[in-house]
Amino acid sequence: MVEEQKIVRKTDPKFIEEIIEYGSKYFTKEEMERLRACINCGTCTAGCPSGRRTAWRIKKIFRRAQLGLKEDALKDEGLWDCTTCYTCAERCPRKVPTTDAVRVIRNLAFRSGVANPRHLAVCGYLFRFGHAVPINDETRVVRKKIGLDELPATVHKYPEGLKEVNKIVEETGFKKVVDEAQKEAQKKDEKK
Amino acid sequence: MKRSRYAYFLGCLTPNRYPGIEAVTKDVLNAFDIDVLEMGGASCCPAPGVFGSFDLFTWLTIAARNLTIAEGVGANIVVTCNGCFGTLQEANEMLKENKELRAQVNEVLAKIGREFKGTIEVRHVVDVLRNEVGLERISDMTIQPLTGVRVGVHYGCHFLKPSEVRNQGNPETSMILEELISAVDALPLDYKDKLMCCGAGGGVRAAKLDVALDFTKEKVDNMLAAGADCVCTPCAFCHFQFDAGQQEINSKIKNGHYNLPVVYVTQLIGLGLGISPVRMGLYDNKTQVQTLLDKIRAA
Repeated sequence: MVEEQKIVRKTDPKFIEEIIEYGSKYFTKEEMERLRACINCGTCTAGCPSGRRTAWRIKKIFRRAQLGLKEDALKDEGLWDCTTCYTCAERCPRKVPTTDAVRVIRNLAFRSGVANPRHLAVCGYLFRFGHAVPINDETRVVRKKIGLDELPATVHKYPEGLKEVNKIVEETGFKKVVDEAQKEAQKKDEKK
Repeated sequence: MKRSRYAYFLGCLTPNRYPGIEAVTKDVLNAFDIDVLEMGGASCCPAPGVFGSFDLFTWLTIAARNLTIAEGVGANIVVTCNGCFGTLQEANEMLKENKELRAQVNEVLAKIGREFKGTIEVRHVVDVLRNEVGLERISDMTIQPLTGVRVGVHYGCHFLKPSEVRNQGNPETSMILEELISAVDALPLDYKDKLMCCGAGGGVRAAKLDVALDFTKEKVDNMLAAGADCVCTPCAFCHFQFDAGQQEINSKIKNGHYNLPVVYVTQLIGLGLGISPVRMGLYDNKTQVQTLLDKIRAA
């Protein structure tokens, strides 16, 4: 009996609708609807460079979408093994927007509180510096040596630009989501 | 000939880790009568596979802000990173085509006194060099041919894919990089899995460095097996992944001695045009470039 229980999973039949609706805001509805056309042939998985070296099997995510296995999909660590190389998107014989679907499902995962602390750190760099990779002392020296200004003509040189970036992340609510995720991550750390 | 002009979107890795790419790209474009304009106050593009994976609306709105800077300058954008290309080109098309989405983004931009108008295009420096400058002019301007230099070209992903958005031809059969480096007489190599990803994108480098490096190691091994003298990329992020990545691989494996020179595509062309390796920051790479420079000198 115990073994049988293991294979019974919580499903949410509306999961695929949620993905299509969320994605249709950015990509076309026709494209997103192709998710229903996936026959799980595995062309995506066969060409996936990440799948060669990790447990990530991209075709699973489309099956999970169709079956309503939302929790399995959002909590799968492998979801973050995709480098978004688009090889699968180019090759899909059913024209499923595979990589864009991965981005949409990751958005849903991020909103549900699944966030890698290292990804949160990258968000922190954006808020603090306006760059995911801000300048360092070593590069300042190189810039001067090769005849460039010490600071590039980006938000680094024009700090009012950084204020604008921060206004955007506050307005969209992204700052709040990241701040809360960071607090959660700290709590988990303290428990450990 | 009338001078053309581009607004240079720097991104993060080019100005903040590999400023030599910034310097040489300006020099190379200037050499072909192209003016390079500043995009004052531009931020991170933001990275497509990272911020696009967290929140598409925020990703799009920050990208839109960057696009408005170029609109203000009144010039098309040129980029030297596939990530920046991925984000800015895709965001620009999305906002041009989707009026409803544009209205939502502009509502946020209005709070910082900006508006996306959709008046410019986003181009990759490889596209500008290949299709605007042209192979013949590059070849004519070459004073130091890189004859015999064996190059492992690495396209990266977002320069070619998704092909419907990128519009750079078939992503499985593209020869644009090979053509470009052949113009300075370098020899592009066929090698195993040439079109494979470097491993850095999609937030994988940030969160799962070992996975990312496993990609990189496989690619460098394949280039070395084909006898490469260097790897040549059109992407500052791939460039970083190959350069810093080889050192990281060495620190993780026993007797690691990966040290294949890494050159950005405008650096390779710049070498052909006789631009100094110091100016293009080649000596500031983490991996050595001496073996490559010696080979060029001998050419």
